[in-house]
Amino acid sequence: MTNQPAPAGRVPRRVPAGATTDRRRLLLARLASRREAFVLLTPGLLFYAFLVACPVGLVLAYSVATRGRFGGVEWGLDLSNYSRALEPLYLEVLRSSVGIALLATFVALLIGYPTAYAISRLPGRWRTVALVLVVVPFWTNFLIRMYAWIVLLNSQGLVNDALHGLGIIDERVGLLYTDGAVVVGLVYVYLPLMILPIYAAIERLDRELLEASANLGASRLRTFWSVQLPLTLPGVMTGCILVFVPSLGNFVVPELLGGGKTVMVGNLIRDQFLRAQDWPFGSVLAMVVVVALLGLFLVQAVVTRRIEGPARHG
Amino acid sequence: MKSTVWRRRAAFPVAVASSLALALSACGGDDEGGSAEEPTAIDTEADLSGQEIVVTNWAEYMPENIAELVKEETGATVKVTEHATNEEMVAKVTGSGGEGLDVIFGSQPFLEAFAKEGLLEPIDPQYLENWENLDPKAQEISEVDGQTYWAPYTWGTTGICYREDLVDEAPTSWMDLLEPEDKYKGKVTMMGTERWAVLPAQKALGYSLNTTDPDEMEEVKQLMLKAKPNLLAYDDTTFYERLISGEAVMVEAWDGWCNYGIAENPDIKFVVPEEGSDLFVDGMAILKSSKSKEAAYAFIDTILDAENHAWAAENILYGVPNKAAMDSLPKKLTQQFTTLGERREEMLEGENMTDIGDAASLYNQIITEVTAS
Amino acid sequence: MADTLARTVASSPPRRSGGLGGLWVPLVICFGFLYVPIAVLVAMSFNGGGSAFTWDGFSFRWYAELAGDGRLKSAAVTSLLVAGGATVVATVLGTLLAVGLARHTRSRLLEASAMAPAILPDLLLAIGLLSFFYVASVPKSTFTVLLAHAAFGTAFVVAVVRARLAGMDSSQEEASRDLGAGGFTTFVRITLPSIAPAVVAGALLVFTLSLDEFVIAFFTAGPTTQTLPIAVYSMVRTGVTPEINALATVLVAVSVLVVVVAARAIRVKERP
Repeated sequence: MTNQPAPAGRVPRRVPAGATTDRRRLLLARLASRREAFVLLTPGLLFYAFLVACPVGLVLAYSVATRGRFGGVEWGLDLSNYSRALEPLYLEVLRSSVGIALLATFVALLIGYPTAYAISRLPGRWRTVALVLVVVPFWTNFLIRMYAWIVLLNSQGLVNDALHGLGIIDERVGLLYTDGAVVVGLVYVYLPLMILPIYAAIERLDRELLEASANLGASRLRTFWSVQLPLTLPGVMTGCILVFVPSLGNFVVPELLGGGKTVMVGNLIRDQFLRAQDWPFGSVLAMVVVVALLGLFLVQAVVTRRIEGPARHG
Repeated sequence: MKSTVWRRRAAFPVAVASSLALALSACGGDDEGGSAEEPTAIDTEADLSGQEIVVTNWAEYMPENIAELVKEETGATVKVTEHATNEEMVAKVTGSGGEGLDVIFGSQPFLEAFAKEGLLEPIDPQYLENWENLDPKAQEISEVDGQTYWAPYTWGTTGICYREDLVDEAPTSWMDLLEPEDKYKGKVTMMGTERWAVLPAQKALGYSLNTTDPDEMEEVKQLMLKAKPNLLAYDDTTFYERLISGEAVMVEAWDGWCNYGIAENPDIKFVVPEEGSDLFVDGMAILKSSKSKEAAYAFIDTILDAENHAWAAENILYGVPNKAAMDSLPKKLTQQFTTLGERREEMLEGENMTDIGDAASLYNQIITEVTAS
Repeated sequence: MADTLARTVASSPPRRSGGLGGLWVPLVICFGFLYVPIAVLVAMSFNGGGSAFTWDGFSFRWYAELAGDGRLKSAAVTSLLVAGGATVVATVLGTLLAVGLARHTRSRLLEASAMAPAILPDLLLAIGLLSFFYVASVPKSTFTVLLAHAAFGTAFVVAVVRARLAGMDSSQEEASRDLGAGGFTTFVRITLPSIAPAVVAGALLVFTLSLDEFVIAFFTAGPTTQTLPIAVYSMVRTGVTPEINALATVLVAVSVLVVVVAARAIRVKERP
């Protein structure tokens, strides 16, 4: 092609002299296609511009504004909110939130990986049943699932009854309203998000590869460590991110199962908006979380690319 | 082909940037400001059957049939919505500039702050026939700079609510809650938000609950930090249920909500610690943005009616600043719930909880620091 | 149940040397962990007593109470309304967007942006929308929740439909165009029917996500708006009553039904 295509959005005045019918048709088709693209993409993108880009941009703009006493802000370029977020108190909240979210992710992985592996080994019909069983709790109201743990972990609850009955404890203990309860709650809520991607990764595994490894005399453990685990790592990463991200920003679980004694960064953000009415500081905290998560996504992208190699991106 | 692809790729950021600019330019300054505060004159003859008001109140804090009652007596339509805490109410009001709400129930410090911010309609008692029923002291503390801004609905005090059968000795001091004996550790709750979170420590240290002194508040914070490990939970909404279930043996409680517990279990008792406590007032205010002020006044007046106000006291078990209403309470009730009867005077000795202005952010920060530690 | 699964595993022929050994252990642990809490809720919903913790005889009392709870009923209606509206908006916009992306651009950035709301932390979107409605002076109401849900719902529809389009070649659409059909005709006659299963799946996904969504609804709801999750939140926060157990049982039953029906439908469709 010698001619550059017409720039997007501009209608060519006339068809170049000597153009064949074919070329005219081609141009017309391209025009039509552009109009179509416009019709298809505009409504959605406009909707996004208002309801996603604007709000996120506002949070960014708020983060450098000054608070008004009752919500709202005075606009300006005030970086003191950022330096406030670096005070030891808030760093500590960030650290402990990351800690709790990491622990929840780790526990979910510990339960999730063997489960996903076991499911992949089930005979076909049972595999479907098992997968449905993994999904059902996930489609059940999130708050109801939290409530179930309030009932279970309560000092009058079943777990206490069981521990007491088994003679493990003499006196009823406070299991609810601890960091442990928060971790259990987070694992419970997000476990399906760990199992499903890992299961998908295991399913995609080339079984011949595993068998080759076994035939070459590698032990099962060795096969697992040096063949299966690395190959399913992208699924593991996806699962970890799917659990870690919502755990980090969660404010309901710490509130209901932590009894208000555990404060995670999500609570802090919620409180800045709905209690303290300090929107700029809440926005700063949200931006900090977003930046941390972006970093995480980047790591995941790099790892995935390295493992899956150029084959998938060629 | 390259150039087309590039153009399309560029289109999105451009769209984002331009819509952002649009959004930002849309956020002009807020033009809420405190102008000269005079109550708006209302049309006392207005036909209220065409007016509808939205009222926000704590859950279960007024008779359930209040809407029917007001409809019957004034013709106005009342829609009720709920908040769990003052802070939630504040969020509701500020989140929308008051749009969609007409009458708010809130505690004095919050209403005072709203009044100073110019969000409340000054109240002209001449439009309230039943204003005369109110206790003069309650009338007086409903004023900000000499202007009335809300009608007092209930008043009371904060103390310790406890299970007599589960503690060896009745608590007498805030320290019994802040530093409980070993066997009660993990079985006490304190409130975790607003002014009541810091009140026990403030009073235990002998400070005013309206203090704005940073040094005093630093001591308060230290005491709260020491108290935290002894707590079952911070609880503003279900503490009396924890007493009923026996999960907790001692909780920081408002007198009225302790009464909820007493109603279920006579072993539950209420005490005002010797260091003293607060006198809080929960009032009804009309938002300036309300378009149905006549109906709002009518609603408030209906509640202040001695019979209705007494009905409220009987059902929510808080004292009401309405002499006629309090006098009409059945004997059985005032005997069962002494905070409504013989101990009424004691309830009203507390220090009045008022707005602390900018120190509110100091309080918030301390509460955050303590809960986050 | 986990037991049955374990037995099945044990009796089925191993698929490769080495057997299945102790694999039933994680299954038992995992499904026990997932289902014991739910089983307890279901059992306690038939408790005749007033406590959510201690058993006091069998009764349907709390179901009767639930049926008579006007507040929950109106919250359920609000939730259905929001979910329905958000589904319609998200499905239309998301389908158009997905087709546009698949057929008319190769921009990765655009594609990532179209799916971004599904990945953004919900709390960020929630505070952003709260700020946006405040700044734009849009009074918060049921409608603002609907819009907010449609925003993240669109991203899920895009993701599902886009995946389906990626597996299809566009030769049919090109043929239709070569035969002189306009863009609209081609879209309705050729594209839409072939992506219909994905569109339906996307719509279902949005509907269920919206029904269960709490954080964004909590921040964007008007003063009088109560969706079901918001109502449940205030119930759980202001006290633990067996009525919530009854509600939980009903909701679990509904989600089991939906998942089973959906799984059936997908299986039927996949069979040639």
